[in-house]
Amino acid sequence: MSDKIIEMKNVNKWFGDFQVLKDVNLEVQAKQKIVVCGPSGSGKSTLIRCINRLEEHQKGSIIVDGNQLTEDTKNIEKIRAEVGMVFQQFNLFPHLSILDNCTLAPIWVKKMPKKEAEDLAMKQLEQVQIADQSQKFPGQLSGGQQQRCAIARALCMKPKIMLFDEPTSALDPEMIKEVLDAMVNLAKGGMTMIVVTHEMGFAKEVADEVIFMDEGMIVEKAATKEFFANPKSDRTKLFLSQIL
Amino acid sequence: MSKINFFKPDKQNLNTYLYSGLFLLSISILDVFINSFFKINITFFLPNFASFLFPLILGVIGLHLIRIEFSGIKNLDLLNKNINTSTFNAVLTLIIFFIIIKSIPPVMSWFILDANIAGDSKEACSGSGACWTYIKIWFRRFMYGMYPNPEQWRINVAFIFLVALAFVGYFAGEKLKKYLTLYYVIIYPIIAYILIYYLISGGSFGLEWVETGAWGGLSLTFIVSFFCLIFCFPVGMILALGRRSDLPTIRYISIGFIEFWRGVPLITVLFMSSVMFPMFLPEDFFMDKLVRVIIAISLFEAAYVAEVIRGGLQALPRGQYDAAKSLGMGYWKMHIFVILPQALKLVIPGIANTFLALVKDTPLIFVVGLLELAGMLGLAKTNPDWLGFAMEGYVFAAIIFWIICYSMSKYSYNLELKYKTER
Repeated sequence: MSDKIIEMKNVNKWFGDFQVLKDVNLEVQAKQKIVVCGPSGSGKSTLIRCINRLEEHQKGSIIVDGNQLTEDTKNIEKIRAEVGMVFQQFNLFPHLSILDNCTLAPIWVKKMPKKEAEDLAMKQLEQVQIADQSQKFPGQLSGGQQQRCAIARALCMKPKIMLFDEPTSALDPEMIKEVLDAMVNLAKGGMTMIVVTHEMGFAKEVADEVIFMDEGMIVEKAATKEFFANPKSDRTKLFLSQIL
Repeated sequence: MSKINFFKPDKQNLNTYLYSGLFLLSISILDVFINSFFKINITFFLPNFASFLFPLILGVIGLHLIRIEFSGIKNLDLLNKNINTSTFNAVLTLIIFFIIIKSIPPVMSWFILDANIAGDSKEACSGSGACWTYIKIWFRRFMYGMYPNPEQWRINVAFIFLVALAFVGYFAGEKLKKYLTLYYVIIYPIIAYILIYYLISGGSFGLEWVETGAWGGLSLTFIVSFFCLIFCFPVGMILALGRRSDLPTIRYISIGFIEFWRGVPLITVLFMSSVMFPMFLPEDFFMDKLVRVIIAISLFEAAYVAEVIRGGLQALPRGQYDAAKSLGMGYWKMHIFVILPQALKLVIPGIANTFLALVKDTPLIFVVGLLELAGMLGLAKTNPDWLGFAMEGYVFAAIIFWIICYSMSKYSYNLELKYKTER
């Protein structure tokens, strides 16, 4: 647990005049699980979207797996292929079957033979327990099933890092558990994970470190037990008192 | 037995209301029917005005009496729900119905009963109806323009081949399925061009050369529409992507191109293609008039197609782009596999709209001297031997254009259903 896989230094980002990220410094070790929490509009999503450059940062440097994020598109595509992402709104491709959703990128980005890609996809779908739905289309599945498929789709690229952007926020309460279970399993398998979530139960169970963000800054970063038992800043205490 | 209230039909006396209502309704329809088909006015004893309104009044009362909600009789409920919900709707229903009855006899007599089709000169048309002899005599011209009669089989053969080749997609096996797009976008147009060049134009293989100025009629309509449809679609797609590009050069070129072609009337474009364009070419460079016209119309329609497709691109949620990017897909992979399949599906109605407009714009090529179906009509109606049959000609052209356009719109509707997916 010593090699740095993500290193963010003095990252700043503006949307127009509004500064969303202010001097963010973050280091993530391989196989570390990090939960990012904070009130809405605090820049959590922007932070993790910067890691695979769905958003561009304007100042500072981000190094992912030894590669500096720059304008170079080929470099970005290479990094994106190594960083899986799961979105709040699932974002499955509605015109493709579940299986095709999972095999599309491995076949066309990684040039994997079709047969191999399908075997891998079925294995991943089994892991999240929706292998029996593989021939259906996303619109025919429940929200929880769709989100689990989205996790499987990202895993089919064999990523080194998984980013989760509020994966359970758009789900009905009874479906949250099935998605969290899939994420817990993934964490036990040793994946490097950065999870933006409000599910504090998940954070307590899985996370190595918890980061609390407010107004574009990292207010507090601490080991999980420490974070919940003994928060340092008043802002964190207030947030935790409201959410727990 | 409960009291019968004339103004408020109810369910208790269902049968009484139903029978009296239907009786009045049938009298009113019968009156119009007899009046229309046999020219007998059964209400001649009434004043003119009252006699005219008699069926309408009777019909409205009749419909009022049978307006019983949830009567339990399936057909009656259906009728009430669809055309008889209120007095206003009842009046509209009756008026439309009467107009249809009234218009059947004159239309029938013009089209069939009093029409002529025998003979081969203007004198054969003695009836008061349509003169289909005119269409019959001119039929070959309307179909093939000035194309020499003994050579017309070449057009037929070429078209049969083209139609047959278009259906290849239905018979392609699983293995070949993935090459279908390539086939339709690139190979098929090339085959079509070669077929038309060697078979319809001729000039080699012992076939007589027929210059494009002699082509015409419906076959020219098909040729122009066919190539314009095939070319304007990919060009429009590229323009739509270009207009949304992050690279300013490409974006501004696309915007400039689209706005230029959208801002110019088609008729001007056609004029320029045939009059101005050759001036800019080197002297020994020759490009056929028909080719120039097809390129001009294609570019013109491509600008419209581009805007339609852009609408579809903008309708897609941003998450689709995010998801595709996060999987490491580059610009082209993302668009080919994720964005365009969804966007194009969304814009099928808009594309069909543009294509229909294109087909109906083809008659404008008369300004450069190419006479397709409508152009041939214009020529035929000024022929001194056949003066005065413009009506027949235009009805004929209208029917043909309607059949073409209606089949296209049906086809696009089927595509819509076929590619419908739940979100």
